[in-house]
Amino acid sequence: MTAISAPPSVSAQQARLTQRRRGRPTWKTIALMVSAYIIAFLFIFPYLDMIVTSLRPTNELLTPTILPHHYSWSSYTSLWKTGLGTNLKITLLIAGGATVLVLLVATPAAYFTARHKFRGRMAFLILVLITQMFQPTALLVGIYRQFVGFHMLNSVWSLILVNAGFNMAFAVWILNAYFGSIPRELEEAAMVEGSSRLGALFRVTLPLAAPGVVTALVFTFIAAWNEFVIALTLMTTPNKQPLTVAINGFLGAYSTDWQHMFAASVIATIPVIILFALIERKVVSGLTAGSIK
Amino acid sequence: MSNEAAAPAAHMADSHTPIRRRKRSVGRRLADSFGPLLWIGPAIGLICFVVLWPVVVMVRTAFQRVSSFGEIKGGAGWRNFTRLFHELAFKGVVERTIIWVVAVVGITMLVSLALAQLFNQRFPGRRVTRWALIAPWAASVLMTALVFKWMLHSGYGLINILLHDVGLLNNLNSASADPLGKSSTAMPWLIFVAIFVSLPFTTYAILAGLSTIPGEVYEAAKVDGSSRWHTYRTVTLPLLRPALTVATLINVMNVFNSFPIIWAMTHGGPGYSTTTTTVYMYVLKGKDLGESAAMSVVNFGLVIIIVAVFLRISRWKSEVE
Repeated sequence: MTAISAPPSVSAQQARLTQRRRGRPTWKTIALMVSAYIIAFLFIFPYLDMIVTSLRPTNELLTPTILPHHYSWSSYTSLWKTGLGTNLKITLLIAGGATVLVLLVATPAAYFTARHKFRGRMAFLILVLITQMFQPTALLVGIYRQFVGFHMLNSVWSLILVNAGFNMAFAVWILNAYFGSIPRELEEAAMVEGSSRLGALFRVTLPLAAPGVVTALVFTFIAAWNEFVIALTLMTTPNKQPLTVAINGFLGAYSTDWQHMFAASVIATIPVIILFALIERKVVSGLTAGSIK
Repeated sequence: MSNEAAAPAAHMADSHTPIRRRKRSVGRRLADSFGPLLWIGPAIGLICFVVLWPVVVMVRTAFQRVSSFGEIKGGAGWRNFTRLFHELAFKGVVERTIIWVVAVVGITMLVSLALAQLFNQRFPGRRVTRWALIAPWAASVLMTALVFKWMLHSGYGLINILLHDVGLLNNLNSASADPLGKSSTAMPWLIFVAIFVSLPFTTYAILAGLSTIPGEVYEAAKVDGSSRWHTYRTVTLPLLRPALTVATLINVMNVFNSFPIIWAMTHGGPGYSTTTTTVYMYVLKGKDLGESAAMSVVNFGLVIIIVAVFLRISRWKSEVE
């Protein structure tokens, strides 16, 4: 639409809006749709190739065709002989452990800072904001030497701690916002009815903050699930490595086991994309919390 | 619990609190000052152990002599730093890091402004297309990088096959079909992949910013007779500034610390032609831990500057209070 010389009447505008909503799509809408669909396709394109390659039969890997002539599940069945089951278990342990730890540590901190003004509150929130800005990669050498010093190389605990520590900030922000939006009168009412302070927190506030809690947990889980650099540095024995490191291990200096690599990648990626789509809207608000509304 | 009972009860509790607060005992006051620690103590502990302690260890290591077996051989003064600065690759690595960050972040922001504008329109299926946009954000960056490495495989990579079918590539399995093997083409492809994985977050952040702009603002601009582009420049962009600032800074941090893309696709090669400071730190870690720590400290200094800028520009304070 081009600029309009005279402001159209409200009713005319209204009519056009409803027509657009109900009637057949305008050319503009069609153009929008086509470009949006093409862009959306480009964004999932690499992951489609990931799936297709993982389903290529071994004898078709080295045929330069866009799509294979046959599809086969063999990569997925033979995958487990490479020890991937162990790697999957380690990843689940790390991601699950980090998620639980974040829940235990971030919830009380977020609740307290949302409900009370106390000395050091600002200092605490600055500390949290700063950790959100730091990436474990930047501290790699320090983390490495620290855990060598504690004899915690190849320990699942070290990765649980690191992942929890670096993802806690996001959880604190998003939970802080949720707790802050729940009126404290609700809790006080429950306390007057005989609940203890903790009882009120568990029975009234936490259920109301459930969407925030779920978002924080899913986000932590995914971040820990996908983490690569620290795991690559701290987990040196193959049967202690999480999926990401194991998948990188399929990349050989002379030959690469592409089919197994992508079968493992599909297993590691698709669930995460679905989980992430569920919390998509809330993630941005958490990541940018403290800076924009 | 019935609502009728809850409402007046809440009111009563409210009116009593100030009185209770005035008559605090000494024990209560002690509890008040230690109480917070009970709630936020675990979080502080975790931050100290996982974030602050490694910083201390890292800085200390930068001033130590470390043997190739990881033993401390005493202090090194500034020697790790001078050795680092005199490495032949160092200057190129720093220059490349600046190009890497500026190119990736700059292009990402421009493209995501356009994408956000598109996905902010109403059209059937918008929700589904927005989900597709998420994929590179949710998926592990490592795996995205590995897929691109495969798609660029000189013999069987899908991108090369498509280029070949279209006629833009003469021979598969030739040097021209191996963009990651040449320094002139490797870096542009790495930048492309980094932009690809950065776009979802920045686009979503801008979409969130767009949704905070009230519709009346646009109506007013329309009444004034502004053209679309003029409205965008004078109304939308200024109102998007907070969202843009935060998205840019978070993006800068991510791209600056980005490791998996380069490591999985080229290992920093050929030669050092795709090595950034973060990758260089990792490469040095295998050779000389002290020098690697010195590189980390230099990196870390830059990170602190970026964080300081972030704290200054963002309005985190008004949100917290």
